[in-house]
Amino acid sequence: MAVAIIGAGQTKFGTRKDVNMPELAWEAIKQAMQTANVEQKDIDFMVVGNAGMWSSEAAVPALMYEYGKFENVGSMRVEAACATGNAAIRVGYTAIESGEADAVLILGVEKMQESPNPTVIELIGRFGSYFWEFENLGLTFPGYYAIHATAYMAKYGATEEDFAKVAVKNHHYGAKNPYAQFQREIKLEQALNAPYVAWPFKLFDCSPITDGSAAVILASEEKVKEWGIEEKIWIHSQGVGTGTANLSRRESFTSLKSASYAAEVAYKKAGIDIDAPYKYLDGADVHDCFTAAEVIAYEDLRFAKRGEGVQLVREEQTYIGGRIPVNVDGGLKAKGHPIGATGVSQAVEAWKQLLSKAENGRQVDVKNGRYLAHNVGGTGHYSYVTIYGLEKPR
Amino acid sequence: MEDLRKAAETNIKEYGFPVAIDEKSGALQWVDMRELHLKYIISIENIQEFFEGLRDGKLLATKCKKCGELFFPPQKDCPTCMDSDMEWFELKKEGVLETLTVIFVRPPSFSAYEPYTVAIAKLDDGVRVTAWLRGDPQKVRPGQRVKIEIAKRKEGYLMYEIVPVEG
Ligand SMILES: [Zn+2]
Repeated sequence: MAVAIIGAGQTKFGTRKDVNMPELAWEAIKQAMQTANVEQKDIDFMVVGNAGMWSSEAAVPALMYEYGKFENVGSMRVEAACATGNAAIRVGYTAIESGEADAVLILGVEKMQESPNPTVIELIGRFGSYFWEFENLGLTFPGYYAIHATAYMAKYGATEEDFAKVAVKNHHYGAKNPYAQFQREIKLEQALNAPYVAWPFKLFDCSPITDGSAAVILASEEKVKEWGIEEKIWIHSQGVGTGTANLSRRESFTSLKSASYAAEVAYKKAGIDIDAPYKYLDGADVHDCFTAAEVIAYEDLRFAKRGEGVQLVREEQTYIGGRIPVNVDGGLKAKGHPIGATGVSQAVEAWKQLLSKAENGRQVDVKNGRYLAHNVGGTGHYSYVTIYGLEKPR
Repeated sequence: MEDLRKAAETNIKEYGFPVAIDEKSGALQWVDMRELHLKYIISIENIQEFFEGLRDGKLLATKCKKCGELFFPPQKDCPTCMDSDMEWFELKKEGVLETLTVIFVRPPSFSAYEPYTVAIAKLDDGVRVTAWLRGDPQKVRPGQRVKIEIAKRKEGYLMYEIVPVEG
């Protein structure tokens, strides 16, 4: 049973002191339901991606069931660190594919700024292997990825300037996205002169702490037909991988094994040539929680050969008009990274791009009718690669 | 956060509720009156030899008696053999530095420390170790020889560290 996204919505990402948790979530849910033209009674399953801890409300599915007046609906909250949003999509997608559900509301929501920044830094550092990495070593989230950045620099000769260029690109597109946390361009020097967070990462190499929510409505092929839905995209495939909790149990720090595995699975199922996948795609959202993570993602997704991801940056091949546009919504870097909402927001972006609804200056050319989302939880602990398309999959 | 807490205390008296205005947005916030302290109690019953090893200046891994696989950090079970017949194996404490980072923005629970370097080394025995790196991080590079030393932390207990080998 093919699965379509028939509606999508997302809130402005950033500091959202103006709303509480259910209000923030409802903003996205309402848009998703209105674009899909469905009512509460049409939804038979609800999956909420929310990592939580920094925010007050934990029983989000029930909270939104109550706030949104849903009825006769199954629900659950899922967590896969920063890949929580795509994990929620995974549950809804497989529920419809198996015939257990017809129309599923996927909500990703995070209100990280209900806690002060130091508390969030403390909590997020614990997303690695708690006992062997945090308890005695105090690794922070930027630290986990900085370990990869250092290894990549040493192996392939990339520089801090190369990484800064990723931030410049993502801010360039964030400036064109009214939903982005940072809607301003930055200069290379600005990024290079910022203070260190975790060497070699400076402030502009890091995604921010964000409040935000995104929602999509998934529907079965049958419902799409029954409801006469015209505006939709389909889930063509999804690959899911897992990595070790402890970084020291890995062979390489210049690649995330879970992500390259997830990409292989997704490409294979979608019939995409693994040697030149960018020829089949119109663009991609990749998990740029840190600048170097975007470069490594180019290689794990095979947009470039090993060690050549940095060339894509230098040649500006991931701007619109290049080999493959990447993160033209600003990415996690400029759009913001509300953990549970990020993966769902990538689906919203695929929906917007493929249906040519993106804002001026950041709409890609839709030629192949396919868009990719790469969402990583932890430092490669969980990886999701999802391929969306305009045509109904075979 | 301290400012908000103080404002809330004042507002309980003046306004009647623990509220404060967010400076940037002007939006009214309820300042939570409940606070949660987290401190976990973690079992090390099955790897206590590891800590005894540190006391004797040794870095220990577990080794499966059946297949010979080394586990570091040490673990109780061999998932390959579906067995728990392990022995303790003393690592040689020498290897190669693979990668590192310097943590400038520290979690509150590490605020007593100056910026610290976290590194990963591959020991000659084949296992990798993540630990703090002693010394100037600007004077080391991935690929160079390092050793493991056991030293007392600021908190007064023993921990293993990665130390660059001169020359
Ligand atoms: Zn064994």
